[in-house]
Amino acid sequence: MYRNRRSRLVGLAYLAPALIFVLVFTVYPLGQMVWMSFHNWSLITPPVWVGLSNYRRMLGDDQFWTSFVFTLKYTALITPPLIVGGYLLALLTATNTPLRRVTRTVVFIPVVIGLGVSSLLWYWLFSADFGLVNRALLDIGLIDEPILWLGVDADTSNFAISASVVWKVIGFGMILFIGAIQAIPSEITEASLVDGASYRQRVTRVVLPLTMRTVLLVTLVSVIGSLLAFDQFYIMTAGQPQNETATSTFYVYLNSFPYLKLGYGAALSMVLAVTILAFTVVQLLLTRRSHA
Amino acid sequence: MRRTRYLVGAVCVVVCTVMLLPLVMSLLASVKPTQEAAATPPTYVPHAVSLDSYSRLWDYQQGLPTYLANSFGTAMLTIAITLLLTVPAAYALAQFPIPLKEVLFVILLLALIVPYQALLTPMFLMFARIGLTNTLLGLAILHTTIQLPFSLYILRNSFSAVPRELAEAAIVDGASSWQVLRRVFLPSSVPAVVTVALFAFIMSWNEFLGALVMMSKGSTFTLPLILAAARTETSLGGTDWGMLQAGITISILPCVLVYLLLQRYYVSGLMSGAVK
Repeated sequence: MYRNRRSRLVGLAYLAPALIFVLVFTVYPLGQMVWMSFHNWSLITPPVWVGLSNYRRMLGDDQFWTSFVFTLKYTALITPPLIVGGYLLALLTATNTPLRRVTRTVVFIPVVIGLGVSSLLWYWLFSADFGLVNRALLDIGLIDEPILWLGVDADTSNFAISASVVWKVIGFGMILFIGAIQAIPSEITEASLVDGASYRQRVTRVVLPLTMRTVLLVTLVSVIGSLLAFDQFYIMTAGQPQNETATSTFYVYLNSFPYLKLGYGAALSMVLAVTILAFTVVQLLLTRRSHA
Repeated sequence: MRRTRYLVGAVCVVVCTVMLLPLVMSLLASVKPTQEAAATPPTYVPHAVSLDSYSRLWDYQQGLPTYLANSFGTAMLTIAITLLLTVPAAYALAQFPIPLKEVLFVILLLALIVPYQALLTPMFLMFARIGLTNTLLGLAILHTTIQLPFSLYILRNSFSAVPRELAEAAIVDGASSWQVLRRVFLPSSVPAVVTVALFAFIMSWNEFLGALVMMSKGSTFTLPLILAAARTETSLGGTDWGMLQAGITISILPCVLVYLLLQRYYVSGLMSGAVK
């Protein structure tokens, strides 16, 4: 219907506001971040061109490596329970009986609440003296003294925070897995039933292989989210002890805002952005192919 | 067969309990009397019910109504800006022959591959220059950049599914392109619009890091910010745990209600936009 030049202009006019918005509020900041990463800038003094020195400095910056390694540790700790747990919950609730549907709805509730707010909630639950986690563990007799969960030991904090985030986001993977499981053609399931396959055989030989793409996709989304972790650590440990629980995003935040090392912060952001970019491109390629 | 059914039932009950327990405990703690809320060891179930914590939250610093209004205002502005930008853009992509359409679409989706967390400093500097820091509009603009690709993706898919004949018939009848959008595309895409608004609301209401960077004045704080600030309050006796629980309850409630009411849109939106 629309073929002439006028309609091209009309189309562009409808597209223009969004395009201008993205150019101003995403593309321009992106360019400025690249520019800043080659400068030293503390806001008070004018920016000074320093070439690659911000990037070189990173290599010898212990705090950078600590935050980088800690972020990887957190990601490695939280991803397996999220994927395996999410998948088990999906297997449990993929059928449409009322009880299973209710369970599905309940498991998904924490996904819609904020990570910041859920972190505050768990900050209370894990509090040494005022928290119910210690109270319950003491009552059961599993421990004799309250455990200092947060901000005293990096590994203990990592464990507690991971547990809280698993609670918050496990429903996300579950929902996507349910979608994938329900998309399996019923003929395939029926055929395996006729062949006398046990439940376990059906899951491992039919369901799991046919939903592998979704498993990979959810894993990538979780990994990207974990590599960008900030709220949970800012709220539950504030990086303590001695910035040992400061994640990569946390370290970017520290340098850019409290320390006002804008150039260095931008260089750190670049590393973060490029890492995420690599994962996201793989994820987008996967999504695109699954649509075709 | 029967035993399996009981076993599945039991597992479901356990799972629901584990998932709901933290929320229920926080709700219970929010109605403990002041003394009990600060007790060690903490009690599981309140011995008496009181709304002290809520009234302290109501008066906390600038007062709860300010923070509720800030959070709600930012979320509404985010929904409005997101829809104003993405509805016409999705219409353009679905209906018009635009030169370099694919390239423009990729640019519009750029925020999907560049995390906003990494762009915060340059955005903060720009907002400071044009006077958008410490304003709800500024925060809403930031939230829109986060939400835009997902919204555009959902709306474009929905608009692309509108039958061509419908739009063509309207054009033959002499409808302008704007009327075609309003009378043909929008009415058949109500679910997509609801999905976009729902996701924008929940994201904006809950977003933390961007608000932390953009808002430095207490009077412009959103709920997550003021609660995080209340956590470290150390004036006599440390954290006011009861007030914190009241705040948690209040900020969780709208999200859960909206989700329970609009579950269908949320889940289908998530599945069609699994990229985000």
